[in-house]
Amino acid sequence: MRLEIKDLHVFYGKIEAIKGISVTVNQGEIVTLIGANGAGKTTMLKTISGLRPVASGQILFDGQDISKVSAHDRVSLGISQAPEGRGIFPGMTVLENLEIGKYFRKERKNEMSEDLEKVYHLFPRLKERATQAGGTLSGGEQQMLAIGRALMARPKVLLLDEPSMGLAPMMIANIFRIITEINQSGTTILLVEQNAQQALQRAHRAYVLETGHVVKEAKASDLLNDPDVKAAYLGTGAAAAH
Amino acid sequence: MINIRDKGAELWETWNRPKRITFVLVLIGLVGLLPYAGDFSFTSILNTPISSYQAVLVYPVGMFVLMALGLNIVVGKSGLLDLGYVAFFAIGAYTAAILGTKTHLNIWEILPIGMGLAMISGVLLGLPTLRLRGDYLAIVTLGFGEIVRIVAVNNRSTGGPNGIANVPNPPSIFGVRFALDNMKGFFWIIFVMILLVIWMVRRLSIRRPGRAWEAIRQDEDVAMLMGVPILRYKIWSFSIGAAIGGAAGVIFASKSMYVAPDMFTFNTSVLILSCVVFGGMGNIWGVVLGGTILAYLPERIRFINNARQLVFGLALVVIMNVRPDGLLPRKKREKITKVSAKPEGDSNV
Repeated sequence: MRLEIKDLHVFYGKIEAIKGISVTVNQGEIVTLIGANGAGKTTMLKTISGLRPVASGQILFDGQDISKVSAHDRVSLGISQAPEGRGIFPGMTVLENLEIGKYFRKERKNEMSEDLEKVYHLFPRLKERATQAGGTLSGGEQQMLAIGRALMARPKVLLLDEPSMGLAPMMIANIFRIITEINQSGTTILLVEQNAQQALQRAHRAYVLETGHVVKEAKASDLLNDPDVKAAYLGTGAAAAH
Repeated sequence: MINIRDKGAELWETWNRPKRITFVLVLIGLVGLLPYAGDFSFTSILNTPISSYQAVLVYPVGMFVLMALGLNIVVGKSGLLDLGYVAFFAIGAYTAAILGTKTHLNIWEILPIGMGLAMISGVLLGLPTLRLRGDYLAIVTLGFGEIVRIVAVNNRSTGGPNGIANVPNPPSIFGVRFALDNMKGFFWIIFVMILLVIWMVRRLSIRRPGRAWEAIRQDEDVAMLMGVPILRYKIWSFSIGAAIGGAAGVIFASKSMYVAPDMFTFNTSVLILSCVVFGGMGNIWGVVLGGTILAYLPERIRFINNARQLVFGLALVVIMNVRPDGLLPRKKREKITKVSAKPEGDSNV
């Protein structure tokens, strides 16, 4: 598995949101895109999963250009996304939400119980809540469900859009621990985060995005100690200046 | 507010199979006997004062329920607002009128053709427009409804504004005669069609198409991220709805023996949509109830003449205020339900 984005340009009407970004994700990595609001992080993920059309540039998945492939076909290629704001179906139960994550798969009947077990193992809370409606879950539980649902498609690469958004610190730590666990069991992860601290601690490599450009690309551990990144994204800039 | 739908579902759950079958058969039997209800002492209250009671049961009541069920697949199940549903009804009716008067095909042979043509027009309309969302789709479908009517007014083969007369009645089946003086036959055939549609919708709802529609209705983008081919399922929903509208149209034309463009105005689209919303979007029993009431009530209160529309309108406003989700709304899953003792890993996708 290798996801390679080359010189990507994406527009919202006349506004250019992504101005020539190149990103590579290798097999087995956690790669994170960090940046402020409006940097283009979410747009990047939406374009990779097919919700936004590509204006120019390429999205190569295992060497094949998928920029013209429809969103639902990208799922069967092995790209799965837990969308921003979680996107739980509020009127469906937790179990139904998980089942629909397997929607496209031909082998869904044979795989179902095995994969449900896997997801329930990662998120025991979901098992307790299996017959409860998605809309009644807490924010953290919904995030678990969104990630679990994306895993039901057996993705090669998992796209996570701000999994920490709106969660309590304990829950954030919990979610990030599980993200590492998912990665260690063999799923490549592309993670978009505003919580740069957590993201950089968990990721292998990172890209810093600013208004549609990549301004920095490095190993995540290096960026944790980078003075610019510290000042702008880690909230320790003032402390370091003293 | 008491929830009749939940109470009914609870009661249903406690019944075993023979009990359920008996209940359904008794219900079917009772509804089948409805055309006779006007003649008996205590059920004669159902009698409509001015129009013929048996004719009212066919049109508007039966027709509206059938079409509301078809529109419910589009609006209630998959969340696509269609304001031009009458177009499919018109296509079915004109198919029956033209083929019935110009060829030797009988109505039963025309029925699948009418459904097919309505379905094809649904696909043709759906392919470009179902990429649109919400308001845009509503406007395009509204336009389509008008286009079909205006074409019928201006085209020679559809008889222009005069329409087409002498559409044949269907030949008898199982000894049931279909004629203007025997509306019972039409009522029964529509009743059978309604039962078939209910059966089909219930089957589809718990299978993959139903899940896909539900996902599309709740969140189109996320449905796409789950690998649901949304355009394909929207077109399916649209064309199944269209086929049901077409079937209703064929029966309508042969029942009235006459079609004209002014039978297929925007008004009818709105009324059928009202049946769906009034009864409870997405819930079959709500839609059946909504269609029955909205079609029957104006005929029942016909004796108050001019105030009729006023009373009808007032009743709509009041009920929509008291029950904004309709008379029998779809199941509200958002509320917390207790964990059931279902075996683990049990799935029915």
